[in-house]
Amino acid sequence: METISLDINTKIEELYDSGKEAFSSSSALINKSREEAFCIFKKSGIPTKADERYRNINLESIFRHNYNTYIKKRAIDFKIDDVFKCDVPDLETHTILLVNGWYHNADEQLTILPGGAVIGSFLEASKKYPEIFEKHYGKIAKPEEDGLIALNTSFVQDGIFFYVPDNVILEKPVQIINILISDEDVQTMPRNLFVVGKNAQAKIVVCDHTLSAQYFLTNAVSEIFADRDSLLEIYRVQNEHNGSTQISSVFIKQLENSNVLTNTLTLHGGSIRNNINVELAGRNAENQTIGLYLCDKGQYVDNYTFIDHAVPDCYSNELFKGVLDDFASGAFSGRILVRPDAQNTRAYQSNNNILLTDDAKMNTKPQLEIYADDVKCSHGATVGQLDQNALFYLQSRGIPKKEALMMLMYGFTNEILSKITVEPLKERISGMVERRLRGELSRCNSCVMTCTDKSHSC
Amino acid sequence: MLHIKNLKASIDGKQILKGLNLDVKPGEVHAIMGPNGSGKSTLAAVLAGRDIFEVTEGEVTYMGKNLLELSAEERAKEGIFLGFQYPIEIPGVSMVNFMKTAVNEKLKYKGEKPLSAAEFLKLMREKKALVEIDSNLTNRSVNEGFSGGEKKKNEIFQMAMLEPKLAVLDETDSGLDIDALRIVANGVNKLKTPENATIVITHYQRLLDYIVPDVVHVLYQGRIVKTAGKELALELEEKGYDWIKKELEE
Repeated sequence: METISLDINTKIEELYDSGKEAFSSSSALINKSREEAFCIFKKSGIPTKADERYRNINLESIFRHNYNTYIKKRAIDFKIDDVFKCDVPDLETHTILLVNGWYHNADEQLTILPGGAVIGSFLEASKKYPEIFEKHYGKIAKPEEDGLIALNTSFVQDGIFFYVPDNVILEKPVQIINILISDEDVQTMPRNLFVVGKNAQAKIVVCDHTLSAQYFLTNAVSEIFADRDSLLEIYRVQNEHNGSTQISSVFIKQLENSNVLTNTLTLHGGSIRNNINVELAGRNAENQTIGLYLCDKGQYVDNYTFIDHAVPDCYSNELFKGVLDDFASGAFSGRILVRPDAQNTRAYQSNNNILLTDDAKMNTKPQLEIYADDVKCSHGATVGQLDQNALFYLQSRGIPKKEALMMLMYGFTNEILSKITVEPLKERISGMVERRLRGELSRCNSCVMTCTDKSHSC
Repeated sequence: MLHIKNLKASIDGKQILKGLNLDVKPGEVHAIMGPNGSGKSTLAAVLAGRDIFEVTEGEVTYMGKNLLELSAEERAKEGIFLGFQYPIEIPGVSMVNFMKTAVNEKLKYKGEKPLSAAEFLKLMREKKALVEIDSNLTNRSVNEGFSGGEKKKNEIFQMAMLEPKLAVLDETDSGLDIDALRIVANGVNKLKTPENATIVITHYQRLLDYIVPDVVHVLYQGRIVKTAGKELALELEEKGYDWIKKELEE
């Protein structure tokens, strides 16, 4: 550990000690793994740039900021409904809120959905469904592999629990809204556990919002287990203000014939790091890991993906596209591992970027490790400007240059947007992307209204 | 309608057009023929306003305006249309959205009301029929995955939608089988009025069996070196370009 991060890690140790009383409300299982994780964290600390996975992001400077951590659930002194109402028309969902990392629902901590599916508080579920936690909690997000996982596991309290029993098909998507709102700078460490049973199907929309102008840091970990023959789609809409930092580590394990799609749509945020780890652990599993990021000003978006083809006959397709304006910067790392027995693997990856200015910057790095011999793998990365021939083609039909540029950028993003299967969400996101590309604010209207402090130009 | 005088243009410092003169009147069809590399496509691109070409000398007057002062989009809105030799594929931009934007921009320029969705769809249907274009094509991204013939038909479809005063068709016949050629040529013929004019750039005489020109020009080494009636095309077909080159040398 470098001396520079010593003070940060010491501060975290003090915080841990101060939280002991509050942690007692967690289940025995969670507290056992908490202790183990914290031992690991004390050795590893926050990852430095020496860690190959985090070479593009300076976590130390991010964690050095003086954030408050809500070890106990803190009452929000205003009604969330007054400041936030998701206004996507026709988006019929089961909607739940997470406020500053804590499950927010006045009535009940766990909601039973059609077919016996459950959604609600992680904290509550860990006590009510110990057998599910015993089987899945901490199984794919391993503290020893990443100091940030160790940190999250050390401070785990609440988050979202989502469970779909075998053979249950949820018709309506589930919408999870992560809200950050406070009168002081706050860091949160929510933990999510999603378990989708055999032959079950679900769609999840996760929206991240900041509703006050303070600085926020999120270090979230999600474990997602997709049992055999299951189908799961997760749409992540990241729409925070320029003063926020979000580190999100998602771990997905897929069994035979399961089909999982994650679509990470980064529309706005200060610094964003997405870790998406997929383990294809059953034959004929299919995974699509796709994403779109639009950055301007000094924003930073860093997508790190790891697709592990552990068994034969699986398919994975990765596609990330980004438009970077002003002096924004971004990074993409795509690691694909094809293990020795994973014959007949098909793994594809591509990352395409458009830089609108000379100052915008993008680092892209594919990393394929193939130990099987009967595989089809491809990867490709592009960083470039808009196609000048296409621009002239549009102009030659009378379309003004500004509009033509807009059409080309929108067309570029459309490959990702067209893969959204929740129609009202697709429409809303498409509209937001268009406004974003036009340089207008594209926050959901109800959020912008509460954002009165312009210090982060939110 | 179009008056080109001593036009010189270059790209990357290399001069392509070396003093070209051409006059086109309303209602006329002009064919410009010539061997490869003579400057045919450069002329088309310069007329449409492609800024990678630099006009170093000469004048181009179109409908009484100095064409060279107008941007590509202004020229299009003033009624100039370029049929591309190699139409560009634009993934993610739908044909419908592309055409709707183009048509409404033109209406806006003329101070007219934009078309309603219903009016626009009606117009699309009519024009699609004119060029026998498969209705599925218009639901796809611009030229993406289109065959060579489909791309060329799509150019004529766009021409039909925009109703230009002056259409410059750059090698619209290249890569077309005889059926597609006939459809494309029919489309062009149906769009012909006494008010508009067409410049057909081609290598081969074949297209001119279908689109009958009033005047045929031979472009060679950046200049128009011969101008005659439609019989010139047949003569070129028969003798090739060598006799022109020889004639010039004498």
